[in-house]
Amino acid sequence: MKSNVISQIKSKAIWLVLVVLVITFAAANNRFLSSNNLFTVARQVSMYGIASIGMTFVILIGGIDLSTGSIITIVNVVCAYLMVKMGFSMVTAILCALLMASVIGLINGLMVAQFKMPAIIATFATQIIFEGAAYLLSGGTPIFGFDARFKVIGQGYVGPVPVPVIIMAVCFLIGGFILNKTYFGRYFYAVGGNEEASKLSGISVKAIKTLIYSLSGLFAGLAGIVMLSRTSSAQPTAGKGFEFDVITCVVLGGVSVNGGYGKISNVVAGVLIIGVLTNGMVLMNVSTYMQMVIKGLVLILAVGFDSMQSKQSKAIG
Amino acid sequence: MNDEFVLELQHIKKVYPGVIALNDVSLEVKKGEILALIGENGAGKSTLIKTCSGAVIPTSGKIVINGKEFSHMTPKLAAENGIAIIYQEFNNVKGLSAAENLFLGNPIKRGFVIDKKAMEKEAEKAFAQLNIKINPKALVGDLTVGYQQMIEIAKAIKQNAKVLIMDEPSAPLTTSEVESMFKVCELLKSKGVSIIYISHRLEEIFRLSDRVIVLRDGEYVKTLITKNSNVDELIHLMVGRDLKEHFPPRENCIKANTTVLELQNVSGNGDHDISLTIREGEILGLGGLIGAGRTELAQVIFGAAEKTSGKIFFKGKEINPRSPREAIDAGIALVPEDRKRHGVLLGVSIKNNISMPIYKRISTASVINLKKELNTANTYRDSLRIKTPSVNQEVKNLSGGNQQKVILGKWLAAKSELLIFDEPTRGIDVGAKFEIYKLMNEIVEKGKTILLISSEMEELMGMSDRIIVLAEGRMTGELKKDEFNQNTIMKMASAVVGG
Repeated sequence: MKSNVISQIKSKAIWLVLVVLVITFAAANNRFLSSNNLFTVARQVSMYGIASIGMTFVILIGGIDLSTGSIITIVNVVCAYLMVKMGFSMVTAILCALLMASVIGLINGLMVAQFKMPAIIATFATQIIFEGAAYLLSGGTPIFGFDARFKVIGQGYVGPVPVPVIIMAVCFLIGGFILNKTYFGRYFYAVGGNEEASKLSGISVKAIKTLIYSLSGLFAGLAGIVMLSRTSSAQPTAGKGFEFDVITCVVLGGVSVNGGYGKISNVVAGVLIIGVLTNGMVLMNVSTYMQMVIKGLVLILAVGFDSMQSKQSKAIG
Repeated sequence: MNDEFVLELQHIKKVYPGVIALNDVSLEVKKGEILALIGENGAGKSTLIKTCSGAVIPTSGKIVINGKEFSHMTPKLAAENGIAIIYQEFNNVKGLSAAENLFLGNPIKRGFVIDKKAMEKEAEKAFAQLNIKINPKALVGDLTVGYQQMIEIAKAIKQNAKVLIMDEPSAPLTTSEVESMFKVCELLKSKGVSIIYISHRLEEIFRLSDRVIVLRDGEYVKTLITKNSNVDELIHLMVGRDLKEHFPPRENCIKANTTVLELQNVSGNGDHDISLTIREGEILGLGGLIGAGRTELAQVIFGAAEKTSGKIFFKGKEINPRSPREAIDAGIALVPEDRKRHGVLLGVSIKNNISMPIYKRISTASVINLKKELNTANTYRDSLRIKTPSVNQEVKNLSGGNQQKVILGKWLAAKSELLIFDEPTRGIDVGAKFEIYKLMNEIVEKGKTILLISSEMEELMGMSDRIIVLAEGRMTGELKKDEFNQNTIMKMASAVVGG
């Protein structure tokens, strides 16, 4: 019973961290809690949130996806290129871009599942390839001049709520639904926990892995569309380093880097922490370089906590 | 009188929770003798030799090396006192040369630089001492298993080993390699090195050893002078226990003139030319020693390993499962040997474990019918008597016996017709064992069929309707219930086939 209480506290601890962080920044800077700033945080956070769902699946099965940032970039450039230079309609351009993002994810998945490449190397390679491709396609210059309707996705409001926040919320609901209500979710946890036993229970491990990397690509692509609409301009550097923040969000949210454990609701907290931290540091005039140092330390802390826990549970089990 | 012996194990006892692995076992090794250590699977041979290397700390007892007493060893102490073990898995680096492997962890250096030339020269000498021809520059990964083993032996001798312990050294070798290994053993013996030789190939024992020590069920049985003994006596000593364990009674459930599974000349995954049939409601036992190819055969039937030739018929239809999924859908289930690694998903709930193979069946448009999921789990928790407060409990919190029941529940929920049990009661305490046996009876009473792989002679004879014995990937015998006999089975299991 006692251990039950402790594990209850542990699973909620991440929300406590969020509260402490908010109080700290609120005390340090009176602009932090202004409604204006909170909306800024929410909008910023939405892209992390959307991309983190795919990453949650990937990390749940013990994998990693380093191509998220590049997928965001290439989606920015391709979607803008199709709309501005090729005259595609907004919807067609978005669908094409999302399809491409999924295909990049599918390629990652095939490399990892079918050809047994280490995920860290396979997705590292796609990261570089599509970063280069984005430069080639854009010629290194920004593409802009979109339809006013396109801006709604990243800048619009429904009542008082920003549209990207709604998109993020819907994505989290879908992610939670997949994980908790469909058999795919059960398979994800099973594969993450023990691939061999999963296979011997009749799960096609390869198919599940391929699916998950494709989904990771799709969610990254969606985050890319939101970013493009927010910035109104496709930069060939748009998503650079984005995967780092997304991975940090997911690990902070308690998804075990060894796979098998994690809850999407806690990833929401991880996402909010990174959003609040980034915003708070900007308000307090922390330099960009110092921000990088701090974020790196946060990731180490999160992974370290995870490693210690899995070591403990191994000692018990 | 003690100084006659180079190594003595005195009253070694090793207790694991729920199991006594070794009970008051003593042995002495004389200088320059080859002492064979034999016993069935699980007799305690490996545990005993691991106490010599420090890999196992005895619960009580003493280890005496050249008159020096130790309560337990450490790898370092063992090396310092001249004890070396050649395991079946070699401790080598495939990408380094023979010479470099010989000096692994202890290279000859000139200043800060490794002196390759000197090492190669030394290696050549070391190999010559053992009358073996290995090019010191050759990469170990390119050498045959036999040569790799020689390097292990040379390494031990170079480190001044006085007692060499060899665990099933002939298992991976070809006939001619075994011959060379014997020559090296005899050479070492003539130089005063003592050897503890573990093997299940009895003819090797007679060829090589001076004395034989027999273990059974973790207990010392007898020491014999090899030349005064014979195969029948050794087998009798190895298996000669009274069948005291009781098995739950079962009516004959076999339906005559039915065939559930038929293998026709199946080869692959290390097995050759296996033909057998199992009738509906039958428990067919598969006997043999570790490495006989029984688990491998199960993997082939279950689609987890590839069949290279032959045919498999299941309920009259030819099947060719290329994945466990296909086998499961056909109606075949595997309760694997390594429960924690291959059987259950430890971090997943009982409920999810049980429904894992049938999720597609209990889902609509991929959305799980949570009520069906829960009902299924509760049904099998009750019928299999899984002891747990809730089916939402993670499986890692359950005892071994209850984990095994979860696996059974999974396959019963999947409506499997043929269940392959691979060592179903390994690591399970006595009470839970009896439960598993009862459940197996219930399964065949319901018209399902069981293929039982077991290394426990009593279990095999107590539960099976018929027994087929494998040795080194081939069938070496078949026994009807009234022909069951420990000696016969053991003899079939240690038969050398093909060679």
